[in-house]
Amino acid sequence: MVKYLLRRFYALLFILLCVSAITFSLMHLVPGDPARVIAEKKYGEEVTAETVELVREEMGLHRPIYLQYFHWLGGALRGDFGTSFRTGRLVGEELRARLPATVELALAAMLVSLLIAIPAGIISAVKQYSLLDNTAMLAAMLGVSLPNFWLGLLLILVFSVQLEWLPVFGRGELKHLVLPALTLGTGMAAVTTRLTRSSILEVLRQDYVRTARAKGLTEMLVTSRHVLKNSFIPVITVIGLQFGALLEGAVVVEVIFAWPGIGRLLYDSIFARDYPVIQGCVFVIAVMYVLVNLLVDISYAWLDPRIRYEVK
Amino acid sequence: MHDLVVKIIESGPPLLEAMRRLAKHRLALAGGAIIIILCLTALLAPWLAPHDPNRQQLAYRLLPPGEAFLLGTDNLGRCVLSRLIYGARVSLKVGLVVVSITCAVGVALGALAGYRGGLVDELIMRFVDVLLAFPGIVLALVIAGIMGPSLFSVMFAISLIGWTSYARVVRGAVLAVKEREYVEAARSLGAGDARILWQHILPNIMAPVIVMATLGMAHVILASAALSFLGLGMQPPHAEWGSMLSGGRPFMRTAPHLTIFPGLAIMLTVLAFNFLGDGLRDALDPWLKETG
Repeated sequence: MVKYLLRRFYALLFILLCVSAITFSLMHLVPGDPARVIAEKKYGEEVTAETVELVREEMGLHRPIYLQYFHWLGGALRGDFGTSFRTGRLVGEELRARLPATVELALAAMLVSLLIAIPAGIISAVKQYSLLDNTAMLAAMLGVSLPNFWLGLLLILVFSVQLEWLPVFGRGELKHLVLPALTLGTGMAAVTTRLTRSSILEVLRQDYVRTARAKGLTEMLVTSRHVLKNSFIPVITVIGLQFGALLEGAVVVEVIFAWPGIGRLLYDSIFARDYPVIQGCVFVIAVMYVLVNLLVDISYAWLDPRIRYEVK
Repeated sequence: MHDLVVKIIESGPPLLEAMRRLAKHRLALAGGAIIIILCLTALLAPWLAPHDPNRQQLAYRLLPPGEAFLLGTDNLGRCVLSRLIYGARVSLKVGLVVVSITCAVGVALGALAGYRGGLVDELIMRFVDVLLAFPGIVLALVIAGIMGPSLFSVMFAISLIGWTSYARVVRGAVLAVKEREYVEAARSLGAGDARILWQHILPNIMAPVIVMATLGMAHVILASAALSFLGLGMQPPHAEWGSMLSGGRPFMRTAPHLTIFPGLAIMLTVLAFNFLGDGLRDALDPWLKETG
């Protein structure tokens, strides 16, 4: 296990280094001279050549690109991504202020999806090809195909505009969280339902399940004792991996519900061309994504010893 | 995924058998029918659209669905149905272009990695790992944002990451196929690498690629609509489903049809490709049908 962890850790370091390089180079994708773009952003469209040079010095843009990168990386590792052009606040501070809202939304969405997906997946598999199974699978397919931005708008239309039960915007109380979490959790529920079903069906065909039945155990005992336990390894993996998808979806959902998380911050910064904030957001989201994937891999290896041996 | 690909390859049903199975798959047929109708709608848009999709008639603004305008009008008095019909052209075009590019690049690099192995494989697959370390839509959003809002930015941004999943699957498939006897036989007869790859390996790994490309259409249409909804795709006055949905947001209370119809169009299209993709997967590998 230690060997496996070390291997994963080195791979993680390499990936994070590349992620930081790509995040850093985003700034250089901007058409034109970055120093001029920043100067225009800071001091208005009519900037003199002197001001541009001043900004170049100030931002260290006159130095070779690799030195700029290491300087940026050093700062990023300390949580220092510079200052926002828009608000003048430190980007690190902005990110720290917004992160809890995104994590709260992602966890609530995950809860919503598990509450729907696990019972639906189990019933669907145990009653394969029944009306319940067919309905659940059709609903799951609809869920996968439903654009979350449309679902969000429909929920607002019904529960906020027509029925006036829930607020559209805001954060702090449970009622604010309901619609964003439902919007974000539905798509994930659809994927997890399908996977739970297929995972259970696969286990149902195993010899040890046949043996358990042959011993005379009731179907309830066979399912709870032998099937569910073994079915949940891939489900746990997908739940972990879905956390990444939740981060993706959070951008759109945070925009629709004006949820004050990192996704909303990223969106506002893109339109304001606030490059330090864009870099900070992308870096933090990518690091979270990579770390969650690592945790999933480790928990998978811990739950299923065959993975560890395969890696060796 | 690797096991799945190997299973699809090993099952290797003749094309006719697969088509027969597909013809029995009701949801896939429904999906295929919707896709054909959509394609015809997009092709015949100038003849099918009852009005000019960009013509503003302020006297008729925010009309609900009715006789004169079947699906109502938007805040500038433009016919929603005509804009939806023209919007189908954009969504299908984006889907086709992006899936073609990502599929071609992914298959080429995945096949190269799997066939060559060693350093080439290591380099390509580590690059794939790095790109997959970013949540797709986040990177696409940033790239499209930096490049400036346009349809090209959206297609470029989605393509930049989209090829990685094809590369992964194709690499796995090539690894499984390249040790087969028929490949060995071709090699012993003096066939070169390019010929072996093109004539003996690629045709045998196309089943999973076809399934991925079909499901990929759904994914790309959804992602491009999301980016357009966020204001980064095709710009007004052109009709695009995501931006139509976004444009209808301020009028949700007075004109809910502006929120309902474009979303329905996106969902129906995505659902159709998902149905067809699922059906193809079942048809190309009957074993998968059993486990969902």
